[in-house]
Amino acid sequence: MSDNRLMQTIFGRLTWDALPLHDPIVLPVFGVVALGGLVTVFLLTRYRLWGYLWKEWFTSVDHKKVGIMYVILGIVMLLRGFSDAIMMRIQQAIAFGPNEGYLPPHHYDQIFTAHGTIMIFFVAIPLVVGIINFVMPLQIGARDVAFPFLNNLSFWLTAAGAVLVMTSLFVGEFARTGWLGYAPLSELDYSPDTGVDYYLWALQIAGVGTTLSAINMVTTIVKMRAPGMTMMKMPIFCWTALCSNVLAVAIFPALTAAFFLLMLDRYVGTNFFTNDLGGAPMMYWNMVWIWGHPEVYVLVLPAFGIFSEITSTFTGKRLFGYSSMVYATVVITILAYLVWLHHFFTMGSGPTVNSFFGIATMVIAIPTGAKIFNWLFTMYRGDIRFDLPMMWVVAFMLTFTVGGMTGVLLAIPPADFVLHNSLFLVAHFHNVIIGGVLFGLFAGIVYWFPKAFGFILDPFWGKVGFWGWVIGYWIAWTPMYVVGLMGTTRRVNHFDDVSLQPYFIVAMVGVVIIAIGIFGFIMSIVMGVKHRRRLADTTGDPWEGRTLEWSTSSPPPHYNFAFTPVIHELDAWYDMKRRGYERPADGYRPIHMPGNTASGVLISGLALVMGFGMIWYIWWLAALAFVGLLAVAIGHTFFLDRDYVIPPDEVARTEAHWHEQGALT
Amino acid sequence: MRESDHIAALRSRAFLVLVGALFLSGCDMVVLKPAGDIALQQRNLILFATAVMLLIIVPVLVLTVVFAWRYRRGNPNKNYDPEFDHSTTLELVIWACPLLIIIALSAVTWTHTHLLDPFRPLERLGPGRPLAKGTKPLEVQVVALEWKWLFIYPEQGIATVNDLALPVDVPVRFSITSTDQFATFYAPTLAGMIYAMPGMDSKLNAVLNKPGQTWGYSGNYTGEGHSTMRFRLTGLRLADFDRWAREVKQGGGLPLEASRYLALEKPSEKVPFIRFSSVSPTLFDRIVNRCVEAGRPCMNQTMNHDMRHGGGSPDAGGLGSGTMPGHGSMPAPGDKPEAALEKDAGDKGSSPKVGMPVGPDYNARGRDAEKPGKPQTPKAQANP
Repeated sequence: MSDNRLMQTIFGRLTWDALPLHDPIVLPVFGVVALGGLVTVFLLTRYRLWGYLWKEWFTSVDHKKVGIMYVILGIVMLLRGFSDAIMMRIQQAIAFGPNEGYLPPHHYDQIFTAHGTIMIFFVAIPLVVGIINFVMPLQIGARDVAFPFLNNLSFWLTAAGAVLVMTSLFVGEFARTGWLGYAPLSELDYSPDTGVDYYLWALQIAGVGTTLSAINMVTTIVKMRAPGMTMMKMPIFCWTALCSNVLAVAIFPALTAAFFLLMLDRYVGTNFFTNDLGGAPMMYWNMVWIWGHPEVYVLVLPAFGIFSEITSTFTGKRLFGYSSMVYATVVITILAYLVWLHHFFTMGSGPTVNSFFGIATMVIAIPTGAKIFNWLFTMYRGDIRFDLPMMWVVAFMLTFTVGGMTGVLLAIPPADFVLHNSLFLVAHFHNVIIGGVLFGLFAGIVYWFPKAFGFILDPFWGKVGFWGWVIGYWIAWTPMYVVGLMGTTRRVNHFDDVSLQPYFIVAMVGVVIIAIGIFGFIMSIVMGVKHRRRLADTTGDPWEGRTLEWSTSSPPPHYNFAFTPVIHELDAWYDMKRRGYERPADGYRPIHMPGNTASGVLISGLALVMGFGMIWYIWWLAALAFVGLLAVAIGHTFFLDRDYVIPPDEVARTEAHWHEQGALT
Repeated sequence: MRESDHIAALRSRAFLVLVGALFLSGCDMVVLKPAGDIALQQRNLILFATAVMLLIIVPVLVLTVVFAWRYRRGNPNKNYDPEFDHSTTLELVIWACPLLIIIALSAVTWTHTHLLDPFRPLERLGPGRPLAKGTKPLEVQVVALEWKWLFIYPEQGIATVNDLALPVDVPVRFSITSTDQFATFYAPTLAGMIYAMPGMDSKLNAVLNKPGQTWGYSGNYTGEGHSTMRFRLTGLRLADFDRWAREVKQGGGLPLEASRYLALEKPSEKVPFIRFSSVSPTLFDRIVNRCVEAGRPCMNQTMNHDMRHGGGSPDAGGLGSGTMPGHGSMPAPGDKPEAALEKDAGDKGSSPKVGMPVGPDYNARGRDAEKPGKPQTPKAQANP
């Protein structure tokens, strides 16, 4: 007995039972992932890449590398989140009448929770933050972000959260509460296992990363623009990045506070969100949606920015109505704070409150509509090249507009009463998040990939990916709108009404087509790497770009710009090209750059260990990791040798190399 | 693009709409085929709003395709103007069009949110059928349990599980609460969904206009048994409803008192229809105030006590009014849950509120339980 107690002190509630040794679905996945991990480790060791990765990537504070790592994290997690989607689609396509399907509720409920959590926190956010990280400093003519170390730390904190979520797949369980972990279901009384703890710690750790990153981006945009770049001469993507990050700075603390109070309820026994003893579960709903709704705009505003940049580039025109685009973005930012209650009209807030939030929601459609028209009139009288990024723009305009319409429909409280919590609602937010955010991110990846790596992605496979996503999206989600109107509610893992089955089978076909799209996207990277010589971009400006990032080499040197550019006009690079700009060949000056640091990796690793200790009630481990984390953080402040200077002759060599390369082609 | 191309594009569009309509008419879209006046008005609102929005959505979609085609690089007959980036007239139009649509929708939203407020007593039974002054609605109390629905008819003194029968063309006033989870009471053909929340008493006023049988659900996810949390909604003519209520009353079902309610309250799935011949008249109030269990103080008593000993009425408007008293507060209702840090090391990961759900055998204890046999498909059926 005392032996048992000792084990519990050392391992908390972690026992062999936590491993999925008896689960027929998870065990093979575990096997494959473990095998894949071992192969990766072996290959990295075999080719002696650990040192390279550590020195050049993991500890790097270069905004371009941090951005690329964010995007890689997002793509890896997209595969995980999409696997969850396929599993749900198969379950819903077969679980009718006497057939219970292959996923019992216990497993199915974890899957839909994980799908939502991963797709928002570990796919959409890393991809958006990654692209902003890579592009924005280049667009404003800066050499790095305002707080380079913080940037590296933000990334690793996000990655630590992702690792925790992935751990829950194999060690213990994930939450069965839905992706926002609504109280009271997420309280200890109703979810006593590790699921909600995994959810809370993963999101808290990643959330700190996102908040720090947002502070960093806002500061960078406000303080580090190149001389001459007034706010109204800033590329529109930077405007959307600014608004998105201002939103994030304001909302993430609300989420952190809500999760923190829920943690107190679970660990210490307070009663913030319990049913009894004066708790108010409804308060939790308010707090998570005060974060949750603006979060939608945190994600979609940068996507709008990406579409704007691409439309302007590929139509060969200045963006139509630049200033009205800026005002629209700012108006959306402000209104985003005023609409959260529309997520629970049906709680009975009373008609006046409901009307206010309903109308505030609809008002957002005005600036959004204006944006759509602005893209439309940018295309008008343009000279449109339908390269892959521009194809994404048109697909977005056709898809997102429909999603916007169903959104306004749901904003009308009496209509929401019949559509809330139905698959119509689920179809709506997939319509705007896939059709808006994800299409935008894919467009952005294709558009800026040559800037990051020096060659464009394989266009054929890119088009396979495009059509797979667009056609697959419509086939997968149109039936969901229909079954929503048939009164089908969400998060159901079995249906008695067999007349619904054809719709779910069509949806499953759609998701298979999306799988082809994902395959095409990955193949476009693989084949791009394979044919990188043929697809190489030596000019630095493969798309006839208009903004500053295209004025430097692809990939850009560490220091981005040998000389800080001076801006006279909107579309600065277009303006420079028109005036017959020539790259200076001499007169270089030393460049002061931030140096690498391991503190980000260490702090995040310790945060991960602390989270794991707290989840499994291994108190000593959590305490130790927390003390270690503080020690590293304090120690880092004494680490003063954190910058270096690139001498002028090295700059000259780098620039000359690019010149020669360009001259050869 | 020439005029004829335009017409061709429009024609193919109309064709698509037609195909879509045919496709949709094949299925049973209950949200668009209401059986009650509230659901009917909600349906009409959805159709109206969609029509208004299509006024702007369709031109946008068409223009996107037209512009993308006409201004493609391969088209030599286009008018390329790289400097065209501003037009005050156009910008006025592109802000004004969405604005006008939203103004129209906002007006409708304001009026209909008030008219269709679930708390508002009904004023009509259907289009052109105003309700006589002083008509008393039928009271039905709804309790969302894990994972089944309890319906209490206080005037008839009966209760059922998962089986809601309503008289046709009689206004009904639902009082909705829940034991532990946030569920939503959702009968798509009757009216929109309303959250059933522990410790709260929500209202829904609605009326059923057509006899027949459909199904209702819980819209919000409440845990393991969420998918099975369904109830049958039967519309009966008034005489049939009275007969049904009498049958339940005299059919030999068990009385629903506190102890039996507490047994029913335990998590269970796929519970067949149960009829109770009588109900303790205070049961619903005690469920709302979370004091069905003997010895637990009711929430309203606690609040009343605290109001008298503390800051007074929350409506008083003074500084600190309605706040908890520092001393002399009544013990708050409910059990103190055990936190993770307080739990015995051997008892981690469990909770008295969670166990494996009890199967449908609860019903073995109710003599007159109606065995529906296989779960029925939620299709509309003829009046039984």
